[in-house]
Amino acid sequence: MKRLLQIEFQKLWQNRMSKFLIIAYFFLLTTIALIAAIKFDIGPIKFHLAELGIFNFPYIWHFNTFIASWFKLFLAIIIISMVANEYSNRTLKQNLIDGLSKKEFIYSKFLMVIVFSVLSTIFVSVISLILGLVYSDYTEFGIIFSDLEFILAYFIKHIGFFSFCLFIGMLIKRSAFALGFLVIWNFIEWIIYGLLFWNFGKGSTIPDNILNFFPFRAMYNLIEEPFSRLSAVKEVANQVGENLSYDYAVHWYEIVIVAIWTFLFIYGSHRLLLKRDL
Amino acid sequence: MSETILSIKNLNKTYGTLQAVKDLSFTIKKGNVYGILGPNGSGKSTTLGIALNVVNKTSGEFSWFNNTVTTHNALKKVGAIIEHPNFYPYMSAYDNLKLVCKIKGISTDIVNSKLELVGLLERKDSKFKAFSLGMKQRLAIASALLNDPEILILDEPTNGLDPQGIHQIRALITKIASQGTTILLASHLLDEVEKVCSHAVILRKGVKIYEGRVDELIATKGFFELNATKKKALLDFLNNHTAFGNIKEEEGKIIALLNEDMCPEELNKTLSEKGIFVSHLVKRKESLEKQFLQLTNNK
Repeated sequence: MKRLLQIEFQKLWQNRMSKFLIIAYFFLLTTIALIAAIKFDIGPIKFHLAELGIFNFPYIWHFNTFIASWFKLFLAIIIISMVANEYSNRTLKQNLIDGLSKKEFIYSKFLMVIVFSVLSTIFVSVISLILGLVYSDYTEFGIIFSDLEFILAYFIKHIGFFSFCLFIGMLIKRSAFALGFLVIWNFIEWIIYGLLFWNFGKGSTIPDNILNFFPFRAMYNLIEEPFSRLSAVKEVANQVGENLSYDYAVHWYEIVIVAIWTFLFIYGSHRLLLKRDL
Repeated sequence: MSETILSIKNLNKTYGTLQAVKDLSFTIKKGNVYGILGPNGSGKSTTLGIALNVVNKTSGEFSWFNNTVTTHNALKKVGAIIEHPNFYPYMSAYDNLKLVCKIKGISTDIVNSKLELVGLLERKDSKFKAFSLGMKQRLAIASALLNDPEILILDEPTNGLDPQGIHQIRALITKIASQGTTILLASHLLDEVEKVCSHAVILRKGVKIYEGRVDELIATKGFFELNATKKKALLDFLNNHTAFGNIKEEEGKIIALLNEDMCPEELNKTLSEKGIFVSHLVKRKESLEKQFLQLTNNK
């Protein structure tokens, strides 16, 4: 394992593009902290985001993991290109000739998926903890460490998403097309949702129930939008007569669905490599 | 008997309806320099690709080192270059070789000495993408030699190089061969195989049409090109002599193929004793190229 990690680190770190993206990614994650600084003070309207309670424990775990996971697109580019470039440089072929097994190749890429997910999770946890300790109204031990399932969900979500990237990189072999496919797949899920909605009519739960098994939706379900949990938002909603109580919790079956997708993506990548003539 | 390095048995590979390799069997033994010879598209690269784990076989078997290790572990003891050099363009020559060392699980101490062997030590910190094709090919050879391989496999190593580059690569191969490394060289260039190899496998459309020593392949006794004013007498003499086989006339010259060894002096002496004086007498050996064309066209 150490050998495979060394190999992958060298491949990534000596590539200026991926080095830049990795640094940019972790830099952007820290900018979440800057949200705290958003402050409007225009005469009678006083608005300080940090005082809305978004950094309150345990809500901060939900809020920060949700926001931070938007930045994963940066790492998606790295994962896709680190796979697709092995095809376009034909170094995959050379790696195998030099004595790397096909299994080791996929394993080494999956190790990087894990490494990126672990680093990102640790990073977000630390930033959230610091922000929370600075701005949260409640700093009791029990409250700080409640709702930590969002951290687990964040980790699983990233593993799943990066595995998806790895798979389409293997499948499509060209970085640009694979990235395009990522976007198109997102649309496809929406189109399927729209079609189901049109088919079953409003009020039916079937479209949601079906779509919950699709990869992007399944990953999204792990951490749903946190905004409607904010008391300020709830108050506004109540005033206009809308009830915003919905299920934002992390459920075990949501984790299972994403875990199964992850397995399928990695297994599929290996099968592709076994079947292909290079 | 020397050790078997690679043995291929009844190997088949089809791409759709095209049969690229057909029932191919051969064995590579330690210490020899082998050439796989065949025109473009005869299945050379496919065969090597299968042995090197990058192409899937359709049926048949191959085994490295008598099946004592798995294929990918066997490949750690093999040095191979397929068609053109594949490296990470953004890494320096040194870093690329370092990576190969990590893949093969060997120490990186050897990198500099291999770079020196191929004459790239001064350029070791240059990025791979800045290299000329000849330099890339030499780097590939350095990379293939990193593990002091049991066998060096080269697929068209001089393809696309300028004459100087070709010369450098050939000199390098000869040097490596002289150190006792087993070499398997795939090429469509006959003189390349003739100059470097001791054994050859000749392929045509995926089928093996010759396997054996190169000198046995060129082992015809040669032929005489003759001419004389007394042409009739000369022809009679040749037709009645047991040492000659096929006799034909080409471009006004008589071509007489030898069945057994005969030196030109001897022929000249006999002819003059018979009162036949030749105006033209040359002894030639058929080139491998001619043989190869005959082999690949006739069957």
